[in-house]
Amino acid sequence: MRLEYFQMIDRVAAREGDAIIVESRIPDASPVFEGHFPGHPLMPGVLLVETMAQASGWLLLDLMGFARMPFLMAVKEAKFRSFIGPGTAVRVHAKRLHDGSGFAVTEARIEADGKRITDAELTFRIMDYPAPELADAMRGRGRELGLL
Amino acid sequence: MASSFDRIADIIAENSEVPRDKILPDSHVINDLGIDSLDFLDIVFAIDKAFGIKVPVEAWTQEVNAGNAPAEKYFVMKNLAERVDELVAAKAG
Repeated sequence: MRLEYFQMIDRVAAREGDAIIVESRIPDASPVFEGHFPGHPLMPGVLLVETMAQASGWLLLDLMGFARMPFLMAVKEAKFRSFIGPGTAVRVHAKRLHDGSGFAVTEARIEADGKRITDAELTFRIMDYPAPELADAMRGRGRELGLL
Repeated sequence: MASSFDRIADIIAENSEVPRDKILPDSHVINDLGIDSLDFLDIVFAIDKAFGIKVPVEAWTQEVNAGNAPAEKYFVMKNLAERVDELVAAKAG
């Protein structure tokens, strides 16, 4: 993970059907931990949501052949079950629950050491890329992740 | 079984702040009921699941925006129920 760049996913571990499993490692140090919290660094819950959103996003991009862009629009039933901090390796599972017209719904969860850390249902609006640079960046990162 | 109108009205009441008794056959989902785009997608998701269809919201919106159909054709409750019935029939077809 590179928290400051919102790059939450390190690699794709498995990709099959409507599901994906990705892996990532929370960095040992980041300015984020200086504020969250002084003397007691914890991965912020909002960044765990972002991590689930990105795992879902790569899944949806792959399912659509990278033709359009998913944007997070709703987070439901988010539960933060355990704290995790710097240096933790995580596995993120995401599955598409529904393929709607112009939107998609996924369920995702993060696990560390086989233990469920957080889970949520996420809704994405599916749109044309608003800028060619974004399409290029998504496809470039998709190639790095082995999806293209 | 309840009519499609009633089922859709129940779904809207469950997924928005609109009271069920305010949802009438002539209600325009957006103009009269004030459903915003995010709530509307939640409603479409619930309709998709309840009826086992994929409501083609994008195609409808494009048709309306291009001036090829009046918004009422898709977004007035009684018409929306008719469109859903057509989609269910087409799927069964």
